Amino acid sequence: MSPNLTYVIVVGVLVAAGVTLLLERSLTRVLMGVILLGNGANLLLLTGGRAGGAPIVGSTPQEEMSDPLPQAMILTAIVITLGMTAFLLALAYRSWHLNGHDEVQDDVEDRRIMDLAERDEGPGDADAGTGDDDDDDTDTNSDRSLAASTDAGRAG
Amino acid sequence: MTYLVPLPVVMPLLGAALTLLLVGRPRAQRWVSLTVLTATVAVAVLLLVRSSIDGPLVVEVGGWVAPLGIVLVADQLAALMLVVSAAVTLCVLVYSIGQGMADGNEETPLSVYHPTYLVLTAGVCNAFLSGDLFNLYVGFEILLVASYVLLTLGSTETRIRAGTTYVVVSLLSSVIFLVAIGLVYASTGTLNLAQLVDRLDALPDDLRLVLQGMLLLAFGIKAAVFPLSAWLPDSYPTAPAPVTAVFAGLLTKVGVYAIIRTETLLFPGGRTATLLLVTAVLTMVVGILGAVAQSDIKRLLSFTLISHIGYMLFGVGLTSSLGLSAAIFYVVHHITIQTTLFLAAGLVERRGGSTAMDRLGGLARLSPILAVLFFVPALNLAGIPPFSGFLGKLGLVQAGIDDGGVLAWILVGGGLLTSLLTLYAVARVWNLAFWRAPHPEMPEAGDAAQAARTSGAEQPHQPVPAGQSGAVLPGLMIAPTVALVVFGLVLTLVAGPLFDLSTDAANDLLQRTPYVDAVFPGGAP
Repeated sequence: MSPNLTYVIVVGVLVAAGVTLLLERSLTRVLMGVILLGNGANLLLLTGGRAGGAPIVGSTPQEEMSDPLPQAMILTAIVITLGMTAFLLALAYRSWHLNGHDEVQDDVEDRRIMDLAERDEGPGDADAGTGDDDDDDTDTNSDRSLAASTDAGRAG
Repeated sequence: MTYLVPLPVVMPLLGAALTLLLVGRPRAQRWVSLTVLTATVAVAVLLLVRSSIDGPLVVEVGGWVAPLGIVLVADQLAALMLVVSAAVTLCVLVYSIGQGMADGNEETPLSVYHPTYLVLTAGVCNAFLSGDLFNLYVGFEILLVASYVLLTLGSTETRIRAGTTYVVVSLLSSVIFLVAIGLVYASTGTLNLAQLVDRLDALPDDLRLVLQGMLLLAFGIKAAVFPLSAWLPDSYPTAPAPVTAVFAGLLTKVGVYAIIRTETLLFPGGRTATLLLVTAVLTMVVGILGAVAQSDIKRLLSFTLISHIGYMLFGVGLTSSLGLSAAIFYVVHHITIQTTLFLAAGLVERRGGSTAMDRLGGLARLSPILAVLFFVPALNLAGIPPFSGFLGKLGLVQAGIDDGGVLAWILVGGGLLTSLLTLYAVARVWNLAFWRAPHPEMPEAGDAAQAARTSGAEQPHQPVPAGQSGAVLPGLMIAPTVALVVFGLVLTLVAGPLFDLSTDAANDLLQRTPYVDAVFPGGAP
């Protein structure tokens, strides 16, 4: 099939919308983005093969058959996207269950390391004296509250 | 002998089905998994022997002739990867069984653990054996979906948080890969790797560059190459120790394998060599600087993992036979060593109740065997002379000097600097966790087992209930770690033959004809 402009534009719109949604914080929107991106990719695969009649020997003359391979690949890709959608939905639900929201969160440990750098302390310096130890306790509070809330989530 | 080729994919998949049926009977599950993985190791060794004697072994799946059907190809590179990854997965399985048994819970790890683990193995083997671009995608998806489940095992808050990042980034790379496949098919009309060789060569240069770039981007995310590596240290450390170990050993290396395969077979000539070399040096240096800043052993190891991916890219980017063979040697070495270190970190967590270096100390005195199990692979990773890490880096440095270009010399410098900083990073772990006086909060020998049982891996700071004696480090966790440490040492002893093997594999890759001739004995259609 020669490249069809309508197809190309639809693929472009799907991918653009998908990428925009992927940049959101809420996992549900990210999921929508993944679905749109997946559909865009599938449509792109479709444009790669020749269009035509059903590729069944006997029902269509050989030169008028469509290319069955992209369709088979799309079928596989759709199944994979379906499974991933289910998994992401489960993740979002679990996150909502534990935190009351489904937002993708920052890495706590990264921020802790940045704090250490700002206070000009290397990792492992915390044992230098007892005074330091107290200091260390306050800044790991966020870690502990995290651990505590994990507990609560489990109990619930 | 070609009937052996599909077995590394088929056996774990059937084993996964069987273990799924045996949910609720953990003992039977364990035996099925152990049997299947042992058989996979045996088959992989046979494949390696046959493929180095007879050349690549090819199977047309379902009996469909090559360009129509899917082919599985076991050449030396694929077979070598299979052997190492099968051996590593087997060791990690034993370790995880030991961990589950020692926690005194017959249901631990969860009943889905064994089926998922076997599916992961099947996906990894499929990716290595695939002779078809779309089948490679399917292999990636199998291993990724299994890894999503393993990473979020137990679905605690931290794992959900880390898993979200991992899943979204992996999905994005999968979509990029799929789009690249669509473009390759649209422009060449085939996805068979051997058939693509000629057809890609016939394409206009700029189109080829676009296809190569998209594939590199997709594989770069999977291999955690520097600008695309931020997801890794965020997600890996939260998983259970054996899961992190097997991910660290295998998943990124599948990405590296895909890069090696496509760069040599599909896009020879090194048009992206400069790009690869620049990202290699950035990956090495930025990665190891990240490791130096960490205060948690698992995160530190995750950063060294990223950093050492740079060495492999270095070898690939040089596009010389020596560079490529050193890169293959380095992949083998790194799969083994990185897995060993994560297993040792798991033992540290169990003994010390934490992997935060602030809270550890005196482990060398409390548990000498643990100290040895960490110390040897740590030095190996840093590249201290008798070990395989040194030999791999030596090969790469020689290849860089042979190349003689400015960029190659920069990489040689970057590689040596990274090696030195790796030594610094692991030496700091050694000093803080093993050598100084024990931390007052550290659990006593008997308590540690109790702590591991009650607190679980993800929240090590819980107060430890007193009492209860017991084996702190169970034999089934020690034994596979010892086995991998020894395997790492054996790599030094067999370094000569192994380097010959990787040189053979590299020459085959650079010539391209052995692969194509094996798939199409009568010439590509």
